Amino acid sequence: MPDGETKTHATPVPATAAADKAAEATTGAAKQAAIEISIRSLDFFYGSNRALKSINLDLPVREVTAMIGPSGCGKSTLLRVLNRMYDLYPNQRATGEVVMDGRNIIDSSVDVNELRSRIGMVFQKPTPFPMSIYDNIAFGVKLHEKLSKSQLDERVEWSLNRSALWEEVKDRMHSSALGLSGGQQQRLCIARTIAVRPLVILLDEPTSALDPISTLKIEELIDELKRDFTIAIVTHNMQQAARCADRVAFFYLGELIEVGTATQMFTAPHEKRTQDYITGRFG
Amino acid sequence: MPESSEHMVKSYDQELNRLRALITEMGGLIESEVAQACQAVLERDQDAASVVVETDPKVDALELQVQQFVVKLLALRQPMAQDLRLIVACLRMTSDLERIGDYAANVAKRSLVLGQFSLPFTLSGISNMGRLVQQNLKAVIDAIGDNDAEAALEVWRSDEDIDSIYNALFRELITYMMEDPRNITPCTHLLFIAKNLERIGDHATNIAETLYYAVKGEPLSGIRPKGDTSAYAVVRPPAGEA
Repeated sequence: MPDGETKTHATPVPATAAADKAAEATTGAAKQAAIEISIRSLDFFYGSNRALKSINLDLPVREVTAMIGPSGCGKSTLLRVLNRMYDLYPNQRATGEVVMDGRNIIDSSVDVNELRSRIGMVFQKPTPFPMSIYDNIAFGVKLHEKLSKSQLDERVEWSLNRSALWEEVKDRMHSSALGLSGGQQQRLCIARTIAVRPLVILLDEPTSALDPISTLKIEELIDELKRDFTIAIVTHNMQQAARCADRVAFFYLGELIEVGTATQMFTAPHEKRTQDYITGRFG
Repeated sequence: MPESSEHMVKSYDQELNRLRALITEMGGLIESEVAQACQAVLERDQDAASVVVETDPKVDALELQVQQFVVKLLALRQPMAQDLRLIVACLRMTSDLERIGDYAANVAKRSLVLGQFSLPFTLSGISNMGRLVQQNLKAVIDAIGDNDAEAALEVWRSDEDIDSIYNALFRELITYMMEDPRNITPCTHLLFIAKNLERIGDHATNIAETLYYAVKGEPLSGIRPKGDTSAYAVVRPPAGEA
């Protein structure tokens, strides 16, 4: 099981601009073909109800893949398979393959805690812990890594910097996180997620509860984060998918109907059902 | 209009229908302008010429209306896929239609000058060209109404024929000018008229290309037939004549 130091493409802390650029240049060529997570023949069951039907989908490395579709289509279910959240519920199970780094992560032999440090999740409602801002970020890091105080301080600052929150909170790091605004809390949750240096970030309708300005700040953040992290986002907001995503996957009634680049999906989708959904002819 | 299904928000459908209706109205006016302009030239019909000149401002007003409507739809509806392509296509097509109207008005104005000359040759070349241009124009405007990409493709291919007639006409008119200097003025006007008709044909082809992309979602492949060779044409006088 790889430890924190060998997670291959999280940027070293703290990242300099030059290091960022160099990393991007050398991996740019590989980026086109590389797949972070490969989903094959995935079925998901709530009891006897088959909520996901034989899903085949690739999540390319360091790209944003958006999952869209009407309510109940299975997109959030799929997201929650990726970090094994369904483990919490006895009646829910997944069959098939979700391959990351050569291993099927839905196999029972996989260490779920370790998995969740490589695949982080941010939810629709911001979920800050009832602790200080500093402790919120440090909490997850301390669970997985042994860092000195100064290393931990650095990590906390890096996370908040990458989440565009540092300037706003640097003078009140030990005040309660619950005192932050909604948009700030959400950025805190993102900082908390990236602090453990995952490879993948899952976003489940991350801005549905936020005002338009906070929403745009988060979208700008997603644009920056994808330089270092693979991102999967579930969103009801088609324009958000259009703005943020590199690739878009359309789900309907548990099936993956179509997947393509954002440009192709929104200007000339192949499937009529995709076209009908995105143009507002059904939902 | 063969539409597969309706928007859940009815007012959106109503607005798209209104946009199509505006384009169709423009198309109808344009067809009539071109027909009248050809009539004015071939029959020396001054009334027909006046009708064209009076109709053109209506066309210009419609273009402005379409432009403003398109901007409004883009801002308020955030259209996607085929709706987006259609709306953007209407913006382009309205511009082509307006240019066709301008060319028709130019033809009509020149016909008034031409009418002052008696011509020792027939206008069968212009007549053929006019007929073909009108055919193509009608076909593409019908294609807009029917959302018919195949019909648009046919129009796109036919532009070559118009260019061929134009090239022949170009040479014919130069020959008349060489035969008799008194032919120079009317033939020069006829050259411009022929060129205007050829440009009308080009704009009809533009509309066909735009419509094809709007319906199919991919551009017309292949090189657009560019048949107008008059830019390189040299017509020499027959040997032995001054």
